[in-house]
Amino acid sequence: MSGILDSSIGRKFAMALSAFFLMIFLLQHFVINLTSVFSADTFNEISHFMGTFWLIQYVIQPILIFGVLFHFIMGFVLEIKNRKARNISYAKNNGAANSTWMSRNMIYSGMFILIFLIIHFIDFWIPEINTKYIVGDMSGMHDGEFRYFHELQEKFVPIWRVALYCVGFVFLALHLMHGFNSAFQSVGANNKYTKGLKGFGMAYAIILPLGFIVIALFHHFNH
Amino acid sequence: MNLTLKIWRQKNKNDKGGLVDYKVTDVSPDMSFLEMLDVLNEDLINKDEEPVAFDHDCREGICGMCSLYINGEAHGPDRGVTTCQLHMRMFKDGDTIYIEPFRAAAFPVIKDLIVDRTSFDRIQHAGGFISVNTSGNTIDANTIPVNKHDADTAFDSATCIGCGACVASCKNSSAMLFVSAKVSQFALLPQGQIEATDRVLNMVKQMDEEGFGNCTNTGACEVECPKGISLENIARMNREYLKASLKG
Repeated sequence: MSGILDSSIGRKFAMALSAFFLMIFLLQHFVINLTSVFSADTFNEISHFMGTFWLIQYVIQPILIFGVLFHFIMGFVLEIKNRKARNISYAKNNGAANSTWMSRNMIYSGMFILIFLIIHFIDFWIPEINTKYIVGDMSGMHDGEFRYFHELQEKFVPIWRVALYCVGFVFLALHLMHGFNSAFQSVGANNKYTKGLKGFGMAYAIILPLGFIVIALFHHFNH
Repeated sequence: MNLTLKIWRQKNKNDKGGLVDYKVTDVSPDMSFLEMLDVLNEDLINKDEEPVAFDHDCREGICGMCSLYINGEAHGPDRGVTTCQLHMRMFKDGDTIYIEPFRAAAFPVIKDLIVDRTSFDRIQHAGGFISVNTSGNTIDANTIPVNKHDADTAFDSATCIGCGACVASCKNSSAMLFVSAKVSQFALLPQGQIEATDRVLNMVKQMDEEGFGNCTNTGACEVECPKGISLENIARMNREYLKASLKG
């Protein structure tokens, strides 16, 4: 295994593994958020469990943060290396003739997702960490009832934040449209199932971000 | 057909180079692209001007010598052809055609449209071969049974002519399609198994050292490849590489 991350294929493999992890995380995040549309109590209970269970807080969460940072940093490292590999650009280049816009612009969709994530962390994650680990309040309660659903609704009152989140999810969809199947190709999975997987990947890339948009709009209009 | 050509002219590898406009007249739609350039060069020679330097050899799509980035695509707008097989009927009267060399740091320009593709040779030298006793008692390859599907797939991989269109088309200047085709043609056959581990590790190491970029699976290489080399080769090479890395 020595030096596998020093090679182009090793880096590609690591990038794909972090992508798989993030895509699984995204799915569970979506499912939990979806419960907020149907039941405030269920959302509160799941949120409290996720926010206080030691395995999630002290094992899964650090892995997630590492995965997010690794994916972004490696993405930028690869972009810099790839730009160096072509020292003179073409005067005329017809990229649209042979590849999708999404595949050629992963760095840009990724950068918008990064901006979105920073805002998302400031909105939700940092206040949560502050309440639990700085203030030391692990009860999850406010005025005698669970605070999670109320906090979620409060965040989606300003229309500017809803609009910003919607734009972020559109870039997430564009990123996933290429990234989902690209990750499978990177780990060497290109076989008779690839065609079906491409369809599933496209559905995943559209349904999940669209679902997040619907949830954000739901809470904006049902506050 | 009357055409305006914007051709990259560069005296040598140290020259900065730039696009120069030329007019060509009475071009037949039945000419190949290289024949059209021959007409231009004849005209330039008659005018005591330096002809445009470009690579060519067999002119029947086999040798992989002709390159050229034509109107933003390797080997031009047609599919499954090399530049020598590209016909002028793909263009219209009055068109402006951009003709540039294949661009990659690992393919430095030698002169005008000719690039140095010896980086591919060095990758081949690193592992693109099998060791066979050729001292007179060579074993006939056909005595070893090979699964038909594997034989066909290996042959498909072996049709790579090493032209470099994959590198030129890739936004990252990645050579993964070329290297994966060379790895695959041996990985699929019993004769290639003995050196399989070293082959993929050494060829990928050499590819990285040559300064090619990282593959991001855009698929542009597969679309522009004149021999239709599939992305399945890259997936296979990824598997072979991971297997070899785990073996050590």
